[in-house]
Amino acid sequence: MSGITPQEIKQEFLKSKMGIAGITILIVLVATSIIAMIVIPVETFQEWNNPGSWILYPKAATPIWVNMFLVEKIPEHQILENPDIQTISQEEISLTSHQFGLNFDYDYFPNDFLYVFSSEYLGSPLLKMSVIRPDGVKLELLSASLPHSNSKTIHSERIFSTDEAIKKNLSLQSEKFQFSLDRLSSEDIVFSKIQTNEPLKGNYIFLVDLYGVNYENQIHESKLIIGGKAFGIMGTDELRRDLAIGLLWGTPLALFIGIVVSIASVVLGLLYGVYAGFKGKKTDETMMRFNDIIYALPALPFLIILSVTISNSIFLMIGFLMIFGWVGIAKVARSMSIQIKTRGYVDAANIMGQKDSKIIFKHILPQLLPYVFASIAISVPAAITTEAGLSFLGLGDPSFPTWGQILHDANTFGAAARGLWWWIMPPGIMIAITGLAFVFIGNALDAIINPKLKR
Amino acid sequence: MKRYVATRMATMFGVLMITLLITISLVGSNMDTILKQGIVFQVRAEIAENPAIAESFSSVEEFESFVQAQIDQRIKVLELDKPWHSPQRIGVTMYKILLLDFGHATFLTSDEGSSNVKDILFEKLPRTVLLFTTATIIISIIGIFLGALSSSKVGSIVDRITSSFAIISSSFPVWWIGILMIFLFAFTYQIFPARATPDIPSSDPRYIGSLLYHMALPLITIVLIGFGSWAYLVRNFMVGIMQEDFINAKKTIGISEKKIIYVHALKNAAPPIATILALSLSGSLGGAIITEAVFDWPGMGRLYFEAITVMDLPVIIGATYLITVFFLISIFIADLLYGFFDPRVRTGQ
Repeated sequence: MSGITPQEIKQEFLKSKMGIAGITILIVLVATSIIAMIVIPVETFQEWNNPGSWILYPKAATPIWVNMFLVEKIPEHQILENPDIQTISQEEISLTSHQFGLNFDYDYFPNDFLYVFSSEYLGSPLLKMSVIRPDGVKLELLSASLPHSNSKTIHSERIFSTDEAIKKNLSLQSEKFQFSLDRLSSEDIVFSKIQTNEPLKGNYIFLVDLYGVNYENQIHESKLIIGGKAFGIMGTDELRRDLAIGLLWGTPLALFIGIVVSIASVVLGLLYGVYAGFKGKKTDETMMRFNDIIYALPALPFLIILSVTISNSIFLMIGFLMIFGWVGIAKVARSMSIQIKTRGYVDAANIMGQKDSKIIFKHILPQLLPYVFASIAISVPAAITTEAGLSFLGLGDPSFPTWGQILHDANTFGAAARGLWWWIMPPGIMIAITGLAFVFIGNALDAIINPKLKR
Repeated sequence: MKRYVATRMATMFGVLMITLLITISLVGSNMDTILKQGIVFQVRAEIAENPAIAESFSSVEEFESFVQAQIDQRIKVLELDKPWHSPQRIGVTMYKILLLDFGHATFLTSDEGSSNVKDILFEKLPRTVLLFTTATIIISIIGIFLGALSSSKVGSIVDRITSSFAIISSSFPVWWIGILMIFLFAFTYQIFPARATPDIPSSDPRYIGSLLYHMALPLITIVLIGFGSWAYLVRNFMVGIMQEDFINAKKTIGISEKKIIYVHALKNAAPPIATILALSLSGSLGGAIITEAVFDWPGMGRLYFEAITVMDLPVIIGATYLITVFFLISIFIADLLYGFFDPRVRTGQ
């Protein structure tokens, strides 16, 4: 505090390995936030709690990169959206055919498969589904007519691999296999070798044919989903949500909460403390008593009660965190301003008749700036972990899912017991890394301000 | 000194009252609604139990007005007709709470089945104290030793490892490490139980053994996360003291380095260490809420969390009060210790 110039601080800071590490992590985090906000539209993120928008994703799937470490590969979840479309018309019969090519190169059967489509038709067209396997065997899966309609209509449907019709069709072709198909699910048959019930690797072609009479039918939004156990860079959770989206969007939220809370509480505490110290006497006494009261309130129980009774909106939560954040800083700022107050130039300014506010802002506050930056950096992690803790208890703002909330969901669905490590580890590591960045910066600054600790 | 103690006590009492007031005003209106519903339910249940009352009325209207009169009467007796913020009711409520009369819980019960909030609280409190006090004591012993060790060899490997461990461990949330520990040592390697609640009744003689076994995982977690920052703090105090003149003087006299560190320097670092010990004991009580929820440890923290989830207001008020009391007592002790060690504070300069 003894008159270090900003240049000196900058120089010292750049020399400190810790400071550089902290700044580097922070820059990476800020870059991540910017990427998240650009690449993933807010609308996607707001759909986080809407199960309908995640329906095509797999349940509790591992990250795909896990396959790199495994000898026996887990099937990836694949959403095939762009089929080869062929349209053939012969006299009054017209055929619309969608072909999905799939390279299946895994050592386990897929979980299921699902065909989603919506079709525009007249009459009652026939829908046929079949698959040509790598060994050349063609399996008929389904042959069904769409509901009859006299006028032009649009029909949407999802055909699941668990469909009874598919099962029946497959059992009719059981002579193609050299083992009993009893009690096997459709995907275990379709993707199985002929000789034994083991997964058959290679290129599969799924054919969806729609036959119509006198009318050219169309299929829109044709999607084939091969349900796997691995998906995306971060995997998915029990509610089929892509964890990568939650984790990426968690970064700007955590930074926002942490930085706003710490800046606001440090500034508040600083002004409060400096004013009390500068004024002294009765003002000081009263202000410090009030400070004592807030200091003695147990923070977490109160935060819980506040979020339960008033509101769990993220903005109010930031306010609540501020209430408990400024107290310690006010105490230190007060004792510092008492020291500075006794210096000659403050006396001089006083005698010259400068206004109190001018003395505080011009002569006292600038002296405290290094300390201010250090305490802002140091108080960020606490704000982030407290918010994460509240969210973990289920008291967070559901419209802005944070890392804490992802962990809350993980805990609710018993992720630890079920070994879903990709649901537990990344959010916690992100919280810790973010905290660490600020702790590094804060400690580096602290070491510059209090050189005694360096030795 | 007396005056100092007296002012501190007065402040503490004031804080306690303010805390109570804030809690009551936050949950007050909900509390009234719940209590009134309770009365309606009670009256209806009593009448349903005794069909003779219902039969003695000729018309439905007459019966309904009788029921309403009964409800109104009871509401009046309990003074629920006045709003919760009327000075009289707040006064009575606060007086009752001061005497540890928290009333009856709405949903939660103690293990013995009592719904008296006081019974519930005093059943859970010892378990929280057991876990967190043990943890804090272990943490402080390891911390003081490691801190003294690394301060004697500033810049050495031990010092660097301690400092970096302190910084890294302090940025992990305890409860997250808790989940990881459960994941690793309860499910992947089945060494410890996943739920910390002992599965045999508390009357069984083996209960204590079971409790200790269930306590192991939370205890290890808390210690693991806690001791680093303790060691770092102690180290920083000690480094400061080791630069003082009297230590240099002792060095020149020829007193051994070990003796200087562990006797003279540590003695001088005692006041801040004692203060932090007192504060961290109470701080752990508040932090217990999330940790106990993770480990399912049957203490105050989990009780608090359960009470919040089902909105059991008498329990919430009682637990907040008790946590505040403990928090204030430890702040008070910390203050006294500081005043005792550092005479400047005492005289108020």
